[in-house]
Amino acid sequence: MIKHFINLEWKQYFRSSYWQKSIVINILMVFFALYFVGMFLFLGAFLFKILGKLVPDQDPFVVVNSYIFYWFIGDLLMRFFLQKLPVMSVKPLLTQPIKRSTVVNYVLGKSALSFFNFLPLFAIIPFSISLLSNGYDTSTVLTWMFTMIIIVLIINFLNFIIEAFSAERELSFLPIIVVAGALYGLDYFNIFPMKSIIGESLMSVASNPILILIPIAILLLFYGYNYKILKSKLFLDSSLKSKVTEVNASDLSWTKRFGDIAPFMQLDLKLIWRNKRTKSMAMLLVIGLLYGLFFYPQPMYRDMEFMFAFIGVFSTGFFLINFGQFIPAWDSGYYKMLMSQNIKYEQYLRSKFILMIMSVVILFVLGIPYVYFGWKILIAHFAAAIYNIGVNSHVILFGGSFNRKKIDLDKKAAFNYQGTGAVQWLIGIPLMVLPMGLFGLTNWLVGFEAAIALLMVLGIVGIVLHKKLMRFITQKYLDSKYKMIDAFGQDN
Amino acid sequence: MIYTKDLSKSYNGTTVLNVEELSIPKGQSFGLVGNNGAGKTTYFSLLLDLIKPSTGNITNNSVVVDESEDWKPFTSSFIDESFLIGYLTPEEYFYFIGDLRGQNKADVDALTSKFEDFFNGEIIGKKKYLRDLSKGNQKKAGIVAALIGNPEVIILDEPFANLDPTTQIRLKQILKDLAEKQGVTVLVSSHDLMHVTDVCERIVVLEKGNVIKDLETNPATLKELEAHFASGTMATQEEE
Repeated sequence: MIKHFINLEWKQYFRSSYWQKSIVINILMVFFALYFVGMFLFLGAFLFKILGKLVPDQDPFVVVNSYIFYWFIGDLLMRFFLQKLPVMSVKPLLTQPIKRSTVVNYVLGKSALSFFNFLPLFAIIPFSISLLSNGYDTSTVLTWMFTMIIIVLIINFLNFIIEAFSAERELSFLPIIVVAGALYGLDYFNIFPMKSIIGESLMSVASNPILILIPIAILLLFYGYNYKILKSKLFLDSSLKSKVTEVNASDLSWTKRFGDIAPFMQLDLKLIWRNKRTKSMAMLLVIGLLYGLFFYPQPMYRDMEFMFAFIGVFSTGFFLINFGQFIPAWDSGYYKMLMSQNIKYEQYLRSKFILMIMSVVILFVLGIPYVYFGWKILIAHFAAAIYNIGVNSHVILFGGSFNRKKIDLDKKAAFNYQGTGAVQWLIGIPLMVLPMGLFGLTNWLVGFEAAIALLMVLGIVGIVLHKKLMRFITQKYLDSKYKMIDAFGQDN
Repeated sequence: MIYTKDLSKSYNGTTVLNVEELSIPKGQSFGLVGNNGAGKTTYFSLLLDLIKPSTGNITNNSVVVDESEDWKPFTSSFIDESFLIGYLTPEEYFYFIGDLRGQNKADVDALTSKFEDFFNGEIIGKKKYLRDLSKGNQKKAGIVAALIGNPEVIILDEPFANLDPTTQIRLKQILKDLAEKQGVTVLVSSHDLMHVTDVCERIVVLEKGNVIKDLETNPATLKELEAHFASGTMATQEEE
């Protein structure tokens, strides 16, 4: 049976149009993976020596164990955002003579083979070898190594339990933040010294191999719980009958003042509020707005004036970039209908344009408190906002005419690469790198005022040429109409 | 009203549709039948300019559809569920289509109120998104949306599939009225020979992209069609 499953998945993976079309993303992913493997190998191989230098009076083995707790939390957080329970299209299998438990065990077993579980091994094994070569007892080191592998698997299954809970919540980040925050808080306020408890228990397991049964028991418990959750979901009514949401109708009559584009604006606003993916994108706006706080409080960045332009473009254009890069793929589900309706393409695009412009203005206004870190920052943000309105808005609409990927609106946004193609990566260059480069260069050659003026002039030129640019962009969309209809009709 | 000349569509050298000449006069109810892969949906997609013809063209009320968009104001259609916007309620969807077709809310309400029977109380005022409706109810909403804005040409692909018997009968009445009383050109495709012969004045049979029969509907048409499709199965059996 397992053989059949593997065969099915192999075909699903390599025959999906997603794989065939997004080679760029796959290559990038492999690149990232290799980078992390390298980092972990380095860490594993040299950790012993590094710790010997940093804390010469302590046993490196003990030091490492005492910090395992932080790794535990960090790994859990990272997995929550990056790792997903392997998906399997079970619907066709349910009516076949296959035991449900086989399917569940297969899915869970497969998750154990995830890259995230192998990654720590690249650090754990070299570190164990360096322990051995430094004269630690073989049985101690081996027991420790196996315990660590079990802990990796415990994190793996704990993550899926948390994800199962968060899938049901509106604020999907809440469960992970509660779990990670509680663990960290217990330790930080010394209510329950998790850090030393985990450190000491690891030490005692290493010296008494029989105690390894405790982590194994925890692992089995988590596995069993996952099994229970998954098995209860393996009925058609839970996957077929998605819960019916009550309509939250809001009054959008204010859009009427935009005249002939009002129907599209109402549609776009509903699109954003009523779909999972767009809704979580809107939530991310908060991060975009607060992005400057990662940099400005540190005096180091306050002298790097070219960063102002970058942060300005990013934080005032956060919605523009995130929403704009998937125009017109947001409407991919009903694109055929739009194309057979009596609409003017120009109105359709102008509605999106105005929405993006409004977001830039709002984000700039909300970002005015950054003036606290210096008036230069506010001016740079203002120039960046003008640049976003005049240049980036048009660039991103133009880039949209190359979109050939369908978007499923019901999936959440963070680290969802669906709909992402080479276009989305390439478009980043004119959007972010170009203004930053121009600003930095002029700032360095001439001065801050000139750099600000340059961004503003570019933006104003864009605004002046708006009508012409829109005509050009509209023509681009018209030219690729058939290709888009065809591409949006395909499932990835 | 709709004139097709030398139309063909091929993908990678395989011709999926090839119509030399086909003329549909105004106010005709026109039925397209054929087995899977006969080219029915391809023809409708070409008619709506959703795909580009390989050769030839279709003229809709003297507008060449792949050259101008002026056919859009008087043409409406429902091909499949991808014509629906899942995150809208049926009412919002009707109003949206109404906006696009120059109808205000009152116009749309007046039209949809005529279809209360057809909706059977399951569409309007239910506070449900279209994506949460059943397939059949989605279809009902899509078909009625295609009637908004007094179109002169209505194109429906497989309108009877997924509908319950009561609704099928009501739909047949609606379609007949449109063609007979309002002079609307109605184009439907179907696998159900009985429904098409009930509704359509004229039936064209497509096979592997070619028009092989063009019939005025009369009491003998159903028999003739049944005989035709039955002989198809006989022929393939003999070949085997």
